[in-house]
Amino acid sequence: MVTNKTKSLIIKNKEDTIMKTKIYTIIGLCAIGFTLGACHKDKKVNPSSDPNTGKIYSIPGDQVGRPGIATVFVGAADKDNFNTTIPSVMGAAYQSKFQTQLQAYNGGAYTTNLLGLSASAFTGVLATDVLGVSTTGVTTYYNGTQVLTGRTLSDDVIDVSLILIFGGPTGGSNPQLTSDHVDHNDKPFLATFPYEASPW
Amino acid sequence: MKKTKLIIAAAATVIALGGGILWASDHADAPNVKGKSTDITDLYVFQAPNTNNLVFVGNVQGLLTPTATQTAAFDENTLIEFKIDNTGDNVEDLVIQCAYKDGKMYIYGPVKPTSTGLSSTVVGTASVVVPVTPYSASTPITATSANGITAFAGPRDDPFFFDLDQFHKITGGTATGFTNPGHDTFAGTNVMSVVVEVPKSLLNSTGKLGVWLQTKQNH
Repeated sequence: MVTNKTKSLIIKNKEDTIMKTKIYTIIGLCAIGFTLGACHKDKKVNPSSDPNTGKIYSIPGDQVGRPGIATVFVGAADKDNFNTTIPSVMGAAYQSKFQTQLQAYNGGAYTTNLLGLSASAFTGVLATDVLGVSTTGVTTYYNGTQVLTGRTLSDDVIDVSLILIFGGPTGGSNPQLTSDHVDHNDKPFLATFPYEASPW
Repeated sequence: MKKTKLIIAAAATVIALGGGILWASDHADAPNVKGKSTDITDLYVFQAPNTNNLVFVGNVQGLLTPTATQTAAFDENTLIEFKIDNTGDNVEDLVIQCAYKDGKMYIYGPVKPTSTGLSSTVVGTASVVVPVTPYSASTPITATSANGITAFAGPRDDPFFFDLDQFHKITGGTATGFTNPGHDTFAGTNVMSVVVEVPKSLLNSTGKLGVWLQTKQNH
């Protein structure tokens, strides 16, 4: 179980160094940027008329990268605005507000978290609400080794978030607040496409 | 006492936010989308069992009871769009667009968008078209394009899990922590889901993508 791995990790302070390295690597990669890929080539042309081609959708609705960001860190007055702020300018618009919110959750006592991130560094990562996804290996929100390389259906993203917000430098602070003790979905996922369980 | 301080701080935060924090994932997150076809609940992106592929899951219209799910539908006026950044600048280089029409979900791309940002134009013709799986279906309806894109659209169990009720008690000051075991507030609820499995070779990636999900309307 991802959660069990996570929990056991949290007890081990010695793993901190590894985690710090991981997240700094992630941040580093984000900062460096990447070589532009080759131009996309269209694959095939449907001879039949397509009912939606050229249709314009210009009224913004919702926008989500990572789970829980808008609901946890965005104040009531900003909630609609956050959904219509494009990710490339989110950091500048929201990092400071997120930092204020993070300290409010912790009674002003937040120092660093399990990833070794200061309040400004952690909220700097969070404020740009984009989900990082690896195309070369394991995809997970956090599995004790990899961090933010994707999000699987079974990832316990709430516990990860609670640990990083409330758990302090070791992840061991405020244990009553760092897990909701719901570590899996109410229905098993499918091994094959479309992976999600049938509806209730 | 630190614990007390924390709770007070959390409670104060709730008040500051205007009387109610709803920490779901992104369920009902903002006034302009709550209860609408544009309301996103979650984004998932993960490597498929066939490790040459990546799976994109976009879920909308959360907290559907089984009864509500019977009549739940996608909206022809709402585009569900995965944005994909290849270069680390948080600007989309590719999009996967999902447009519903007459009982079918049309999936476009991955393709370079005609413009970036909040307004989108459907690009080209659909890569794959899949009939929406009805609530009553015993097996999901899927479709696969010649270039290996597989799609599904329809109601699914909400894969999100969280003891939201206990969290509300904590932030409301009537509890000091979670219980063990907790209770999944999202148990027994459904979402409307679009799942698109894409060969990584179509994503122009050099190893890492930035992905976000948007909804937007035509009028």
